[in-house]
Amino acid sequence: MRDPHYAFAYLDERTKRMVRRALLKAVAIPGYQVPFGSREMPLPYGWGTGGIQVTASILGPKDVLKVIDQGADDTVNAVNIRRFFERTAGIATTERTREATILQTRHRIPETPLAERQIIVYQVPVPEPLQRLEPREAETRRMHALSDYGLMHVKLYEDIARYGHVSTTYDYPVLVNGRYVMAPSPIPKFDNPKIHMNPALQLFGAGREKRIYAVPPYTKVESLAFEDHPFEVQRWSRPCVLCGAVDSFLDEVVTDDRGGRMFVCSDTDYCGERRGRKAAA
Amino acid sequence: MIPILAVAGLRKSYGKRLVLADVDFDLWPGDVLAVVGESGSGKTTLLNCVSARLRPEAGTIRFLTRHEGQKDLYALSEAQRRLLARTDWGFVHQNPSEGLRMNVSAGANVGERLMALGERHYGRLRGAATDWLARVEMDAARIDESPQTFSGGMRQRLQIARNLVTRPRLVFMDEPTSGLDVSVQARLLDLLRSLTRDLGLAAIVVTHDLAVARLLAHRMLVMKDGRAVEQGLTDQVLDDPQHPYTQLLVSSVLQP
Repeated sequence: MRDPHYAFAYLDERTKRMVRRALLKAVAIPGYQVPFGSREMPLPYGWGTGGIQVTASILGPKDVLKVIDQGADDTVNAVNIRRFFERTAGIATTERTREATILQTRHRIPETPLAERQIIVYQVPVPEPLQRLEPREAETRRMHALSDYGLMHVKLYEDIARYGHVSTTYDYPVLVNGRYVMAPSPIPKFDNPKIHMNPALQLFGAGREKRIYAVPPYTKVESLAFEDHPFEVQRWSRPCVLCGAVDSFLDEVVTDDRGGRMFVCSDTDYCGERRGRKAAA
Repeated sequence: MIPILAVAGLRKSYGKRLVLADVDFDLWPGDVLAVVGESGSGKTTLLNCVSARLRPEAGTIRFLTRHEGQKDLYALSEAQRRLLARTDWGFVHQNPSEGLRMNVSAGANVGERLMALGERHYGRLRGAATDWLARVEMDAARIDESPQTFSGGMRQRLQIARNLVTRPRLVFMDEPTSGLDVSVQARLLDLLRSLTRDLGLAAIVVTHDLAVARLLAHRMLVMKDGRAVEQGLTDQVLDDPQHPYTQLLVSSVLQP
């Protein structure tokens, strides 16, 4: 039920317009980080303030919202953000990927393929992919402007020289539409191929860093690599214990203090749907 | 023949103090020019201006590009200048830690320019790095070590390799040997001399050491208070100095 004491979706209309202008610019220049006037939100930085502001700005009364955190619908972050929008916007929420029109996510892209009518909003802690390599922001902006991305490959070279393979497993840098290098937010590199040519609109919000960026539907997104060390995603030697899936991202769950562990899908909706189908059959 | 670098009427001041006053010189392809003078005479400012790292107040610097003839450096866009700086030019700093990435391996340091130019093959990058380490007389087995573990002389060699990997035509050097002890200096000078000769490099070497100028340079430019007081062939300037300041400079060298 919507609490009438709040503006629709918490933010005031002028703020939402400002965020939408930034979003339009971001969609027009895929992968480019657009600065925006990030507002103080009723939750701490690092909990999804950027994602919430983007979601609040695009949310309409008829939208159906799904929120996931590490692939799960039932973790603290996901439950609270979902409840936040139920209360301030009175919108319907769901745990089913197929039923949602807007998905806000942290650390995962759902296993179920997204469709054209859907928008996925990522919570981003560090929007600048070059930050760890070049701490000066004036310099990183110039590097983006001149597409001076040699440094990014220096990092990959260094990984291969040291470990024999690229050791980055999450927030793996991508090249969007052949132009901007972009941080895909801390999703596992397993999810990187899903960003490429995705039919859904993908929006990224970083609240503390005050940046918004976007990947429009059907945009080419390439994970950086070397010709003789191509990009690869994680693989598991066993299927999900609960649903038997072999194509999904698995979490390792420790079950006791004697070394017992099991591997289960991190995407709870995907896993539940598969189990439901199996039970029905 | 057209000079690879034509500098005319160069002027630069810091606040009220004039550090470069109407400096002119031409640098020819394959020529090594030594810029000598005492501390504070404007040598390093001159080097920074002509290498597009510091914009002068007046004057023109025309560089002979590979395919488009002479171009005024400061009329180029920043992107074009950056491209020049990492393909056709090299810059060897006095302190190697300014010119190197100290937190990545020697191989990555040598490969960085190639990666910036779009090389995306790890094996070829590795091959180029091994090759260039050998050319600067370094042990190729140390390719994966960090420059932090290298001696001063090795760091300077690595910096040279990193700059020459794209086969530049013009190299700027700011006191390349002055941080090193005498025997290491001698070997490095030897290396620089054979590299500039074999690759046909044009170079501008800033130094306060006349012996370095004598060994490396074909031509010499003497700076005093921001002015080029004398220029000519190295041997001519050193053996028959005309300007009183040059005479003073040459006569102040200690003979062991």
